[in-house]
Amino acid sequence: MEITGNEIIHQYLRHNKKFPHVLCPGCGHGIVLGTLIRSVHHLGLPKDDVVIVAGIGCSGRLAVYVDFNTVHTTHGRALTFATGIKMANPKLNVICLMGDGDALSIGGNHMIHAARRNIGITALILNNNIYGMTGGQSSPATPEGAVSMTAPFGQLEKSFDTVQLACGAGANFVARGTVFHVNNLEKLMIKAIERPGFNMLEIITPCHTQFGRKNKYKTSVEMYRWLKANALDRERYEELEESKRGDKFPVGVFVERDEPGLEERYAELKARFSAGRNG
Amino acid sequence: MARRKKNKEIFALGNEAVVEGALIAGCSFYGGYPITPSSEIMEIMAQRLPMSEDGVFIQLEDEIASMGAIVGASMAGRKVMTATSGPGFSLMQENLGYACMTETPLVVVNVMRGGPSTGLPTSPAQSDVQQARWGTHGDHPIIVLSASDVQECLEMTIIAFNMAEKYRTPVILLLDEITAHTREKIRIPQPDEYEVTSRIVPSIPPEWYKPYEETVRGVAPMPPIGSGYRFHVTGLTHDVNGFPTSRPDEVVDLMERMHRKIDQFFYDIQMHDELMIEDAEVVVIAYGSVARSAEYAIEQARSSGVKAGLLKLKTLFPYPRRATEKALANAKSIIVPEMNMGQISREVKRVNSGRASVRTINRVDGQIITPSEILKVIMQG
Amino acid sequence: MVKKNKGNSRVTVYPDWCKGCGICIEFCPKKVLEFDAHGKCSVVREDDCIHCGFCELHCPDFAIVVTEKKSGETAS
Repeated sequence: MEITGNEIIHQYLRHNKKFPHVLCPGCGHGIVLGTLIRSVHHLGLPKDDVVIVAGIGCSGRLAVYVDFNTVHTTHGRALTFATGIKMANPKLNVICLMGDGDALSIGGNHMIHAARRNIGITALILNNNIYGMTGGQSSPATPEGAVSMTAPFGQLEKSFDTVQLACGAGANFVARGTVFHVNNLEKLMIKAIERPGFNMLEIITPCHTQFGRKNKYKTSVEMYRWLKANALDRERYEELEESKRGDKFPVGVFVERDEPGLEERYAELKARFSAGRNG
Repeated sequence: MARRKKNKEIFALGNEAVVEGALIAGCSFYGGYPITPSSEIMEIMAQRLPMSEDGVFIQLEDEIASMGAIVGASMAGRKVMTATSGPGFSLMQENLGYACMTETPLVVVNVMRGGPSTGLPTSPAQSDVQQARWGTHGDHPIIVLSASDVQECLEMTIIAFNMAEKYRTPVILLLDEITAHTREKIRIPQPDEYEVTSRIVPSIPPEWYKPYEETVRGVAPMPPIGSGYRFHVTGLTHDVNGFPTSRPDEVVDLMERMHRKIDQFFYDIQMHDELMIEDAEVVVIAYGSVARSAEYAIEQARSSGVKAGLLKLKTLFPYPRRATEKALANAKSIIVPEMNMGQISREVKRVNSGRASVRTINRVDGQIITPSEILKVIMQG
Repeated sequence: MVKKNKGNSRVTVYPDWCKGCGICIEFCPKKVLEFDAHGKCSVVREDDCIHCGFCELHCPDFAIVVTEKKSGETAS
């Protein structure tokens, strides 16, 4: 009988790692890992051809649990290592797992340049609006007015719109999903993995421990209810009058282009020289 | 009559010779960010690598990314390098430490210019010597080499790659602006004249492979990503499987093995040249372009009847203690000329432990240390 | 796609992996799951399960498995 659901996931987890994983009860990151595994399984990619490159933070801790080639790098730099891996061996499917602080603050420069050079990497940005692992300090994705350990009187700065940033920087594919809408997330993730060029998928994944408790969400379940109520399909969100948008945010695909990735353009350059050598 | 060996000679900059050496050593990946006075290395790589069989060249957004990219490419099985100068080298320290911790082979060329900060971009210095040893945080082993002329730039680059692969470690090649921008005739060696070391890959089935296992040499085999050996790499302190650990016994095992893999091969790694050192009463210890000034000064001193000798350091770290001790055997005084405030002289004084008098000649004004400056100090006895 | 017939599903929870976050309990459309005395998820109304897959997809700890009952196995 064909196996389904979590039985698939169990086959991809490292059997010599201790479970459950280190993340807090109700943390959406586990759901992201599950969705990632199902997406890879759906695409039929061999484990040997998948490289997970993770940054530092709660999201970075996911890599160790899954039986792919996994590289847990330095804070904010996952995309730089991934760039080297992809250029060195373009056959590999390189997937970056980064947090919002990781990808947008300390790694912001790498993020915009990876998008600009459109290198064939899947960038999954797990946005929980906070620095979780270090104890709940503000990140560039902490909403204006929200309370954090470093913004005890409310965040004064505006937050990044990750999607707009990636669109502006030139990514091939830009999308947003949530860990509540898992089926939709899986569809987006499959696209983000199989498409050429730089594909950015922002995943809204709640942190109840560090963000929710300081911002009126007593349990992780409340945060999932919030996701359920506020994530709107992009088209529906755009139809909504601005005054009625409130906390609502758009999910879905924002950009879908078919520009060749940097590694493909480099291969073309090399082909020109080898044709010259052989001819 | 034996056929005369074909000699390929070129007229090259130190920076060009580095590229020649790297390509001879099998470098197939360069990731970098331009900075004076190292930029020629990057520019020539940008031309040569795309035209070579499997070479990859990429310009990154900064030096942090350059180091990240070459570490990634090395993990994917490439021989990799980057080149930079002081300010860029500072930015590289973070991921350089990651390479030390994950035991990833790579070569960094740092063409030293005056510092600190942006300092003197087009003037020579040797002021990154201690940074090369201790720049990244935490106790870590590392190999630091230097070159004093253009031919040596080529040869030491080959050696840097070989050591990086053999010991699974970053190797830093320190040049100074003079060496990098001197143009002179060099000989490209024939393939039978140099050794090229390849990385050791596992020879057991993947299920049995442990990425950080203890071996006799302390260096575990390293498969390229995507070759069927799936494992975890992390900058966190890890166990033999590569999984993060904070168990004191596993932490100490890792730290000790990482240091031992270099420590037990000190004598292979520590390279130096000697000039008239056997009977020398005054020994000059120098490296980089300053060693050339010192060589001339010693010849002058000898012709005036002073028993002077030169110990030229090619390896700076691990510091060549044995060679220094040998030089100290007869020496009454040691002179250490450097284009910094005194960085290798600290190591010399440590080995000397008060046996001979140690004098330093230090210049930090962006000017070369001339033979006559060194000669003057030699003649003071 | 799995058939959504009531009473055909076997719901297995691995208590050692369950951290008791309660997402599955909160959003189960048929209220199949409840907290047990230890604060973890337990299966109380398996026969009502319509195999929608929500709990399995949303368990951050991969601690729930929903399968079809093997033929011959009857609803208990």
